[in-house]
Amino acid sequence: MNIPLSITKNIHDWLFEVMSAPVATVVEKVLIAVAFLGFFALAGLLLVYMERRIAAFFQLRLGPNRVGPQGIFQTIADALKLVSKELTGTVKADQFLYKLAPYFLIVASLMALSVLPFSKELHAFDINIGVFFLIAISSIGVIGILIGGWSSNNKYALIGAMRSGLQTVSYELSVGLSILTIVVLAGSLQISEIIEAQRNGWFIIQGHIPAVIAFMIFMIAGTAETNRAPFDLVEAESELGAGFHTEYSGMNFAYFFLAEFINMFIIAAIGTILFFGGYLSPFGITESIPLLGVFWFMIKVLGLVFLMMWFRWTFPRLRVDQLLTLEWKYLLPINLFNIVLMAIIVWLGLTINF
Amino acid sequence: MTDLIKVYKINSMTNSDLQTLISSWNSELEFSEAESQFLNITVKPEHLHELLSQLKSNTETSFDYLFCLTGMDWGTDLGVVYHLESTTHRHQLVVKVKTSDRENPTFDSVCDIWSTAEFHEMEVFDYFGIKFNNHPNLKRLFMPKDWVGYPLRKDYVDEVNMIIK
Amino acid sequence: METTFEKNSFKSEEYFINMGPQHPATHGVLRLLLTIDGEIIKNVEPDLGYIHRSIEKMCERDSYQQIVHLTDRMDYLSAHINNEAVCLAVENALGLEVPERVKVIRTIIAELTRLASHQLWWGVMGMDVGALTTYFYGFRDREMINDIFEETCGARLTMNYNIPGGLMFDIHPNFVQRTKDFVAHFKTKLPEYDTLLTGNVIFQKRTKGVGILTKEDAISFGTSGPVARASGYSCDVRKLHPYSAYDRVNFNEALFTEGDTFARYRVRIQEMWESLAIIEQLIDNIPEGDYKTATNAVIKLPKGEFYQKVETARGELGVFIVSDGKKNPYRLKFRSPGFSNLSALKKMAVGSKLGDLVAMMATLDIVVPDIDR
Repeated sequence: MNIPLSITKNIHDWLFEVMSAPVATVVEKVLIAVAFLGFFALAGLLLVYMERRIAAFFQLRLGPNRVGPQGIFQTIADALKLVSKELTGTVKADQFLYKLAPYFLIVASLMALSVLPFSKELHAFDINIGVFFLIAISSIGVIGILIGGWSSNNKYALIGAMRSGLQTVSYELSVGLSILTIVVLAGSLQISEIIEAQRNGWFIIQGHIPAVIAFMIFMIAGTAETNRAPFDLVEAESELGAGFHTEYSGMNFAYFFLAEFINMFIIAAIGTILFFGGYLSPFGITESIPLLGVFWFMIKVLGLVFLMMWFRWTFPRLRVDQLLTLEWKYLLPINLFNIVLMAIIVWLGLTINF
Repeated sequence: MTDLIKVYKINSMTNSDLQTLISSWNSELEFSEAESQFLNITVKPEHLHELLSQLKSNTETSFDYLFCLTGMDWGTDLGVVYHLESTTHRHQLVVKVKTSDRENPTFDSVCDIWSTAEFHEMEVFDYFGIKFNNHPNLKRLFMPKDWVGYPLRKDYVDEVNMIIK
Repeated sequence: METTFEKNSFKSEEYFINMGPQHPATHGVLRLLLTIDGEIIKNVEPDLGYIHRSIEKMCERDSYQQIVHLTDRMDYLSAHINNEAVCLAVENALGLEVPERVKVIRTIIAELTRLASHQLWWGVMGMDVGALTTYFYGFRDREMINDIFEETCGARLTMNYNIPGGLMFDIHPNFVQRTKDFVAHFKTKLPEYDTLLTGNVIFQKRTKGVGILTKEDAISFGTSGPVARASGYSCDVRKLHPYSAYDRVNFNEALFTEGDTFARYRVRIQEMWESLAIIEQLIDNIPEGDYKTATNAVIKLPKGEFYQKVETARGELGVFIVSDGKKNPYRLKFRSPGFSNLSALKKMAVGSKLGDLVAMMATLDIVVPDIDR
């Protein structure tokens, strides 16, 4: 049975009834922005809690289990602690840039979050260049890192920022190319169309070999782009202090910290959309219940996030020259070859369809 | 098990053979086996470097492993004790050198023979004040850079830090 | 228009970094002054003395039984073996013959100590190169050894179980059974260590070909223990100058020739297997007898010089006692393995990258209180 639960449509109509058109548009956009900010904060809390519990599970210990039932309020306690800390800063730092740097990262993450489809109705901005927009936005985050390192007026922060910027810029290429492989299969850049095309089978099955290769490259490059282990040379505590966010404390540090987790979420979300069918249920079992798409979407994204956390706690770190060798000598040629392979398979109609 | 030990100790020279060979290089050496488990050679400071480099380069002795370099304060004399071992022949030897100059004791450095001596000689300088010629980087190692006095000498007095029973 | 610069005036600038004294990767309070050009290390200079406690000077006024207690604090990860060194030096000087039971028990406990030290080393090595989980796995297994020691010796870290003449008390009745259980348990876990770290391609790329020490350099720098054995220099004191019960057990010396970080890693893993083999050979046949021979309450060594070598987990520890017949030694020198191993760091590190330095320090496995005494 079809339960019409179009919440967003109802709110939209109600707003336009109550106020005049321009005001209603503005209010609607503000409401969406507030919803996303709320989601940003909640997702951040959830991901940090998940990371600590999963790390503990791998390391044969328990993780936070005292603050609240099963420790779910631990991150709120951490957030309160960070908020109450003194915002130290050096006198010689370039004050304007120093304060501006975290906002670049947050703005980039929020803009990327806004085009993600949580379900068929809860899709805030379904623009026709959705995937391309995502790739472009992820490049803006680099500016935040570089500005943060430069304005700290600290030699080691600058080195860390340079390394991190270099790493992000290199691996964006691989992320972009593996996304393009799927675009070749889907035939469109628009996110909703990509997901609709997966009703007959997720792309990782439809595009068998090249899709699997693209998925593996995407996961490796995505982990590298968010500066997570095994590519976290920048934040390696055994080496140079804390990288580009050495001079930040308290809430400023919390911004960088949260932005890293949300970036991880975004990479996992892009992976779900492109390879695992987004908000579609497997074999279409619960299509008739609307809004259950949110559940499927979150399950798939959290699965990929678990995979990324698994990487972090198992593998040693790569040295910076090995990191660059991996990208430019191995991943990039494999990627280019893969695109050609996918194009051939689509042209010859060799995709697996149900 | 003892067969294995025999395998490790091929061509090992006995103390009397070593004494015969080494005394043929320099007649002013004093040999002693009393009160020690090794053969002890006491050499004058001016022959020190020559004797030690000969001990290393001669193929029958080939003492290429310096395993202990100790500073000593014998009450009146200051000196250094070198414990040597050969990695190929597996015999061991002790070389001692003394000087009665307590104001400015100086010996030749053996860093060019065994690289391990660099750190050990810094330690001896730190504790006893013995200087070494031709040492690349002779400065205090363990004590703070501005410490006055040489702690392991027998006449070192420090009422504040030392507790004497 | 003439150019305002010359090519030669563009020199890349060397800058100067302090690693430590508080640093997660230096295994103790060690300060390394690094001169770096970009990512390449140009010079390494250790700055020691942060944990110098003047143990050698204190030994000149302490009795021999008190000196044994000071040696635990030097290399605390091989505490038992350090104690054994001084006790053996005193016993050999006095011509004292300890019962067979004491020798066998000392060997078993020394091998357990070596295993505990290598387990901690493995955990910390993984953590230094970035695999943060290995720390917990190494410590989980080490806890079993610590519990065995607590039951028999009374302490987990600074054991104080050896005294000149024998042992302080007899072993606990549970000791044999618990050690056997531990050996059986650890034999299943050691292959896990291999799977987690040794076979990992990222780890191998971080450690192969990094920090090469040739055999000539190893001998010239006076290195010993796993560092020297990885370069091909066979120097196991347990085989060359056997003491306690080592002359009646069969074990192989772990020797590799490459001399890089990966070889040093494999030497220690191999040593763990050999330690397990030694314990297995001895644990079932501990001879009956006394657990110590009587010595005088005040021990006076005859006049002379005495040197005793033992093989700790880090290398060759030497105890050099110069005695003039009194109840305190005239001079006591500890030849510490970490000191000589650290002197080889500069040779290994110059020319490699900063990330490699951390991996090299991890495999040198130095304990700074051992160096600073």
